[in-house]
Amino acid sequence: MSPVLEVEGLLRELAPQVLAALVRRHGQFDACEDAVQEALLAAATQWPAEGVPDNPRAWLVTVGSRRLADLWRSESARRRREEAVFAAELEDVEVPARDDTLTLLFLCCHPALTPASQVALTVRAVGGLTTAQVARAFLVPEATMAQRISRAKQKIKAAGAKFSMPPEGERDERLRAVLHVLYLIFNEGYTATAGDQLLRGELTGEAIRLTRAVRELLPEDGEVAGLLALMLLTESRRAARSRPDGSLVPLEEQDRSLWNAAAIAEGVKLVSDALSTTRLGPYQLQAAIAAVHAEAPTAAETDWAEIAALYALLGQMAPNPMVTLNHAVAVAMVRGPEAGLAMLAGLEGDDRVSAHHRVAAVRAHLLEMAGDAAAARESYLAAARLTLSMPEQRYLLAKAANLA
Amino acid sequence: MKYLLMIYMNDETWAGLSERERDAVMAGHDEFQRLTRESGELLDTHALGSPSTTAVVRVRDGDPVVTDGPFLETKEYLAGYYLMDCESRERAVELAAMIPDSRYNATEVWPVMFSAGVDV
Repeated sequence: MSPVLEVEGLLRELAPQVLAALVRRHGQFDACEDAVQEALLAAATQWPAEGVPDNPRAWLVTVGSRRLADLWRSESARRRREEAVFAAELEDVEVPARDDTLTLLFLCCHPALTPASQVALTVRAVGGLTTAQVARAFLVPEATMAQRISRAKQKIKAAGAKFSMPPEGERDERLRAVLHVLYLIFNEGYTATAGDQLLRGELTGEAIRLTRAVRELLPEDGEVAGLLALMLLTESRRAARSRPDGSLVPLEEQDRSLWNAAAIAEGVKLVSDALSTTRLGPYQLQAAIAAVHAEAPTAAETDWAEIAALYALLGQMAPNPMVTLNHAVAVAMVRGPEAGLAMLAGLEGDDRVSAHHRVAAVRAHLLEMAGDAAAARESYLAAARLTLSMPEQRYLLAKAANLA
Repeated sequence: MKYLLMIYMNDETWAGLSERERDAVMAGHDEFQRLTRESGELLDTHALGSPSTTAVVRVRDGDPVVTDGPFLETKEYLAGYYLMDCESRERAVELAAMIPDSRYNATEVWPVMFSAGVDV
């Protein structure tokens, strides 16, 4: 690995720990965040040339703290006395405790923020991506992302959030929010919701890296393991999911020899262990479904009965129209397209999904299976009109054209 | 998520406004731009010229055929647009309601599917 890449990887791993250390000691999330960004910048320019210091974390905490001190010095002379104490404290720089990263994640996923802001702040503060990188990943100008992040920080401040773990009773619920944000980051990268690119590797890679970090902190949590397994199993298909021209390849047509066997093995082991040792949860079930797909040697040999059973369980545990939709596909594979279409009919009146392109796309697929080419074509066209992703639209239009 | 807010204009409606109402619309745009620039939601905005300055181009059998005037002959025409980055369709609709022209005419809200350019 080149020294620059090596330093970049190291910095991204250390960024949340350094930020957590500064926030714990000095408070003021936004000032600390600016200071950490500057310390990272200094390291990124100095380390590749001069070598990585013996204790890189301590180096970053020291530089970040100095930058904070500069900030406060220029802010007001009144603080001068405090600053003397502060400077003395720098002598014994403490390496931050590992669970500070989790506290930082809890702070970034604060309930006062909208999911979009939680995602932006998490990727930037915990992921250590620069604002420019986050902006590029979400296809918005840097100024726009900078504003989004700074609004999020102000909201946290206004909500009076403290840098500490939420009380025991709230912890479980807050962890679900953290996992949900990580899942959103992954999904945004996996199926870009809009734009001309189907995959955004920066985001899926970041989501997996962060989820791995959470798993190191909470190795006993079955849902953390389940989410990591789900991401690994989904990501394992990346190379087979799109053609060189960017168009989409559906699961049943994918070249399975392109699937990443190491990621599949890791994902399958993670979810199997979690299923047998921890309390069952929705991410584990989704990972188990992904594992059934991953372990089928060919699309035709997929164990659809097993998948249908897992979706039925998921539907009971975490009812949601998207689960019903996927359940309908599995049921159609086991009991025929009519059974699947009957389940879809139940979604017609559901405002959350009735205008979603996936419902129309699945209906089209099931109608095609049932041999009703004209109705299938109509549904493919309807789905193409509703999607905001160019590769998906091209795929759906091609399916419609095949039935003309 | 990006949204295009398209402002439709009707000359009769505009002519029927008082001087003060027209000034308020203009000033309203300045304020709207200031607010949405600060919130980071404004990406781009352009005001368009009058329909009499437009042309429609069609290429038929390899030859361009150019006619003066807009594509559709209607009383309402596209007068300008705002390109926004906002968190939801609900917010885009809320922003469209803040555009002063929406009080007299109408603003269309379209989700953006694909973007390219220097910095969009």
